[in-house]
Amino acid sequence: MSVSVSNDALHQFLLRMGDNTLILGHRVSEWCGHAPVLEEDIALANTALDLIGQTQMWLGLAGEIDGGKSADDLAFLRDAWDFRNVLLVEVPNGDFGRTLMRQFLFDAWHSIMLGRLMTSADDRVAAIAAKASKEVAYHLERSGGTVVGLGDGTEESHARMQEALDYLWPYVGEMFASDEVDAQMVAAGIAPNPTDLREEYDALVGRILTQATLSIPESQFAHKGGRDGRMHTEHLGHLLTQMQWLQRAYPGAKW
Amino acid sequence: MYAQMVKSEASNEDPEKLAEFQARIDADIKIEPKDWMPQAYRKTLIRQIGQHAHSEIVGQLPEGNWITRAPTLERKAILLAKVQDEAGHGLYLYCAAETLGVSRDELTEMLLDGRMKYSSIFNYPTLNWADIGAVGWLVDGAAIMNQVPLQRTSFGPYSRAMIRICKEESFHQRQGYDAIRKMAEGTPEQRKMAQDAMNRFWYPSLMMFGPSDKDSVHSAQSMAWKIKINTNDELRQKFVDQTVPQAEYLGLTIPDPDLKWNEERGHYDFSEPDWSEFFDVIKGNGPCNVDRLAARNKAWDDGKWVRDGLLAHARKKQSGNLAAE
Amino acid sequence: MNNEWPLWEIFIRGQHGMSHRHVGSLHAPDAKMAIKNARDVYTRRNEGVSIWVVEANNISASSPSDKGPLYEPSESKVYRHPTFFDIPEEVGAM
Repeated sequence: MSVSVSNDALHQFLLRMGDNTLILGHRVSEWCGHAPVLEEDIALANTALDLIGQTQMWLGLAGEIDGGKSADDLAFLRDAWDFRNVLLVEVPNGDFGRTLMRQFLFDAWHSIMLGRLMTSADDRVAAIAAKASKEVAYHLERSGGTVVGLGDGTEESHARMQEALDYLWPYVGEMFASDEVDAQMVAAGIAPNPTDLREEYDALVGRILTQATLSIPESQFAHKGGRDGRMHTEHLGHLLTQMQWLQRAYPGAKW
Repeated sequence: MYAQMVKSEASNEDPEKLAEFQARIDADIKIEPKDWMPQAYRKTLIRQIGQHAHSEIVGQLPEGNWITRAPTLERKAILLAKVQDEAGHGLYLYCAAETLGVSRDELTEMLLDGRMKYSSIFNYPTLNWADIGAVGWLVDGAAIMNQVPLQRTSFGPYSRAMIRICKEESFHQRQGYDAIRKMAEGTPEQRKMAQDAMNRFWYPSLMMFGPSDKDSVHSAQSMAWKIKINTNDELRQKFVDQTVPQAEYLGLTIPDPDLKWNEERGHYDFSEPDWSEFFDVIKGNGPCNVDRLAARNKAWDDGKWVRDGLLAHARKKQSGNLAAE
Repeated sequence: MNNEWPLWEIFIRGQHGMSHRHVGSLHAPDAKMAIKNARDVYTRRNEGVSIWVVEANNISASSPSDKGPLYEPSESKVYRHPTFFDIPEEVGAM
């Protein structure tokens, strides 16, 4: 690492990256066996597998900094207030349209973020970003294509996609919020200021949503509270109840 | 097996053509979709491959039941990859069936309204994490017994699908054994889970091969056509012989007091499963039949707008392209 | 109207320098989606470097009943195969 930075800030940053992929990967995996068509079932599982793999890398590194914890320790033994994912990824799947819209809105941010992280001053961060960015480029192509197809499909699919966008849009802003942790990351050259990604994001998302014949809601209101853990949605607790159950019920067992 | 009790159809076609067809099969020449084939061969194959495909698809559900509760990130990834493979296998098999002149949607509708069946095993619940190990080890183990010889089946597309499936499937049984081994060697609670899984999955696994068919005319016809390679009893015996030492290694007890090595036969003697339970499950009265079909129906119905939407978009673009030319 | 997605035949180049080989089929609303689906279905184990997709309807195939006229005439052209010719050992590898 070239510039010294507080381990705590770096730890928080890594949790934000890893918790996003952990929680979204979990949500996407809920589709397995229930998708609209076999080909989509298989594709969604690939996305979830990529996200789980990325989680192992981000949380693995976070655990290393946090006194030698494993990625599993962090995923399965923290309570909701210690999670640092944005609210967008923890909202329930809803219908296939909402799942794919959420995926697209996240992929767009994710791909831009990872692109910047590839030149991180921290080699470990840069290496994870380099691997993840290839996977995410495909996620974005797939989710973007599906959003366009369904937005500009039938009347029903259009209406459902617009509804999904209306529901999810208030969760987009949190991905671009900045705080003290981000300031330290910027100062150390580890990560960009999230606020600076917004312009590129708006251009990318605007282009796809226009092709999809969907309208971005006018309100710029943004829910927040996930990436600093101050106030998650009620949904996260239920997700963790399921995900962490075995580890909690049988402490210390090896699986 | 994944295709249980498939009835063969009787043929009443030109005897000369039938003889020529049988001669090709006897000479191990593959039958390809455009080749002449008896109607009965075609119908029986559609039924068998369709049932096999349905089993893969419904088979996603009992294991999928644990994806969100997998105890580590690695186990979650392995399980997800495995269940995804089942979807892939269903897809390959549907494609093989489609070469016989039936569409995937038609086959799907027949599954959803109960006209076609899937393997009885998937109507049993997965109740603890060791069940995931047991399903991989015992259920996939039993399936492999049948699938390996089916790579040599007479119908080209089916044989090619089976070759691909067997190649991918080889990790499934091993991951199952690995998962249940961790449990068998773990805490007392984990051992209890492993034994509980063994107790519940042993007999349903034996049922997968179907009732004895050594005197069945359907079976004889299917074997002559090489769309069935071994009798149910042969495969069941092979499965038991292979599995007993694996269970012993784990220190798990197979729930059969009469199980013992028979020196004279060179095989294990074992108890037959309760066939009345099997027929109940086949009739729709297994523990999970209703839930399994409801889940598949829901996925299909809820997905309709998605399938229609994406197709409508593709058609719009295509007509746009044509107009621009 | 039948709303089943069309069937596509999938061809994958397994390694650089090899031909594309038929690996199976799948359903997709259009060619672009067919390529993506092929990537997700048929290259899960690192099996490909290039994908072709062809809508199954667009494939013309020879008929099995033409097997005689199509393939048998070449059986007698034995001189097309190198083993037809005897080359003296002294000449060396050829």
